[in-house]
Amino acid sequence: MVAGAAQIQGAQFARRAAEVERILAILGDGRAIRVEPAALQPAGILLDLYGEDLRDRAFVIGDGGAELMLRPDFTVPIVRLHMARVQDLGQTASDAAYVYCGPVWRRQPAGSERATEYLQAGLEMFGGADPAAADAEVLARIAMAIGDAPVDLVTGDMGLVLAAIDALPTTLARKAALRRHVWRPGRFQTLLHCFSDRHSTVSAARAELVAAVRERRVAQLIDAAGAPVGLRGSAEVAARADHVATEAATAPLAADAVAGMEAILAVAGEATHALTRFEALAASMPGLEPAVSRFRARLDAISARGIDPARLRFEASFGRTTLEYYDGFVFGAVPRGRPDLPPIASGGRYDALAKALGPGSVLPAVGGIIRPEALMAIAGHG
Amino acid sequence: MSLRLGVPSKGRLQEETIAWFADRGVALERTGGAREYAGAVRGMADVSLVLLSAAEIPRELAAGRLHLAVTGQDIVREEMPHWRDLLVEIVPMGFGNADLVVAVPAFWVDVLDLSDLDAAAAEFRAFHGHRLRIATKYRHLVREFFRAHGVADYLIVDSQGATEATVRNLTAEAVADITSTGDTLRDNHLRVLDDGLILQSQATLFGTRAAPWAPAQIAALCELTRRLGVDPPDWLTPPQ
Repeated sequence: MVAGAAQIQGAQFARRAAEVERILAILGDGRAIRVEPAALQPAGILLDLYGEDLRDRAFVIGDGGAELMLRPDFTVPIVRLHMARVQDLGQTASDAAYVYCGPVWRRQPAGSERATEYLQAGLEMFGGADPAAADAEVLARIAMAIGDAPVDLVTGDMGLVLAAIDALPTTLARKAALRRHVWRPGRFQTLLHCFSDRHSTVSAARAELVAAVRERRVAQLIDAAGAPVGLRGSAEVAARADHVATEAATAPLAADAVAGMEAILAVAGEATHALTRFEALAASMPGLEPAVSRFRARLDAISARGIDPARLRFEASFGRTTLEYYDGFVFGAVPRGRPDLPPIASGGRYDALAKALGPGSVLPAVGGIIRPEALMAIAGHG
Repeated sequence: MSLRLGVPSKGRLQEETIAWFADRGVALERTGGAREYAGAVRGMADVSLVLLSAAEIPRELAAGRLHLAVTGQDIVREEMPHWRDLLVEIVPMGFGNADLVVAVPAFWVDVLDLSDLDAAAAEFRAFHGHRLRIATKYRHLVREFFRAHGVADYLIVDSQGATEATVRNLTAEAVADITSTGDTLRDNHLRVLDDGLILQSQATLFGTRAAPWAPAQIAALCELTRRLGVDPPDWLTPPQ
C-alpha cells in the first residue's frame, strides 16, 4: 500500500520535500510558473464536466447552496487558474507553463487499500504553436524526472481514435454518438454493432414514430401521448423524432468500415510499428491521414527529445477508461512487475476540455503528473 | 443476549410482516404500550422484537445491532452496494412488491428505451447548456444501472418523496422511482421506459454476519428458521 500524505512523519518530511523539489525543477526547466490552486473547487463545474461517475470518486461537501469538491485532480483547477491569469494579464499570458505539487483526494471502494489522499506533482502547458513538440516535451520531462526507476512507459492517441470515428462512412449523428461513448468501450462496441446490424427489427412504437415523422403528424402523436410536463419541450421531442426517423432510414455501416475501426483500436506494440500499421490502415481510410501525420510528427519530436520510439510502447485503446477528457496524446508510466500499484505517472492532451471551460478561446493544453510518494516507494526511497 | 429481530414499525409493511410470520405459526407481539417500539415472539423467550423504520434497518443490520430484519431489497441494495459481503437473504417474503423503474414524460414519444434517453440527454445538454436531471432517492442503483446501460449525460437530483412531481415542478426532467401498479406515474403523465426496470424488490428477511453470533443466538436462529420452514444461512454452523 502506498502511504498517503497524511501518514508521513519525521525524517521522511525532508526526503519527500527534496524529492518534490527535484521533480518540479525537472518538470519546470526554469520556465514554468509554480502555482497552487485551491483545494476546494466548485462541485457544479466538475460534476457538469465529468458527470455522475465523479460523485462516486470525489469528496463533495455541502455548503448551503453551492457544493464544493476536494480536487480529485489538478487539471480543471489549473485551467481555471490559467483563464483567470489571461483575464488579468491579457493574451500575452496565453502561452504559459505551470508546475505544482499538492494533495488530491479520491474516494475508494469500501475495503480498498488505495490511498484516498496522495500527492501529485505536475506540469501543464497551454498555448504554443507546435502541439507535437509540446506533447514530446511533457513526456520527456516526466520520463527524466522518473529517471531509472523501474517503470514502463505506455502511450496512446485518443485524437487518432476520434479521427477514425470521423472518417467512418456514416451520418454525423452516428459519429457523434460514437465519439460520446469512446471512453466506454462496452457501449462503444454495442453502438458500432447496432449501426452495422443488417437485421435489426424495431418495436411497434418506434415504427409508429417513424411513420408519424414520414407522414408529418408527429405533433398529433405528441399531443395524444400525454400532457407536456417538464423543461424539455415538444419542439425538442419533435426534433429528436426527426433524428430517430433518419437513423431508422440510415444504411447499415459497412462491415469493412467496422473492421477498420476495430483494427485501429487493436493496434498495440512499439510506437514505430504502430505508425506503420496506421499508415497501412490510412490507405483505406483516407480521412485518417491528417491524424496519422500528427502521430508521425509527435514520434519525430519524441525522438528528438532522446526517447526512442522503437522502444516506446503504444496501445490505441490506452486512455479510454480514465476521466473522459484526453482527446489527443495520452501516456502513463506503470511500475514494472507491480500490478498492485497505481501508475507512477500519467498525462495527455486535453484541448476540448480546456475549450469547454473557456468557451470562445482556443486553448491547446497538455500536461502530466507524477505521484512522488509512489515513485519514492518503487525507487527504494519510500 | 437475545436474538434481535427487526421489523418495520408501522404501515402495511408491518401488517404484512406480522401476517406472514403468523401464517407460519410464529406470533409477533408488541409488548408494553401501543406506542412502544418493542416486542416479542410468542413462545420464544430468547428472541426480542425491535420495531424501527424500514429505512433504518440496513444500517442496524450492517452495524450488527440486529441479527435478523425484514426490509425491502431496494433499500438494502441502495444503502449498501456491497451488501453481499455482510448480509444474506434468508427468504423473500412475497409482499411489499415494488419495481424501481426509470420513467420519462409520456409525451416524449422519441424516448422509448435507455439508448433513446442517452441520445436525448446529449441533445438536451447541447440545447439547454446543462445536464438532463433524474430525480431519485436511489442514487447508487440508478448510477450503476445507467453506467451498465451506457446512459451518460445526466445528473442525479436527490428526491426523498413525491418524486413523480419533480418533472412538473421543473426540478428534474425524468425520474427513477418505486412503483407497484404504475398508477401514480400515469397520473403524473410519466411513462416507464421499455427497458427501464432497474430492480424488482420485495420485503425480505435478512440476516447479518455483523451481529454477535454466540451459540445461544445461533440456536434461537435455527429454532426460528425451523418454525418458518426455511434454511438458516450456511455461514452459521448449527449447534450439535
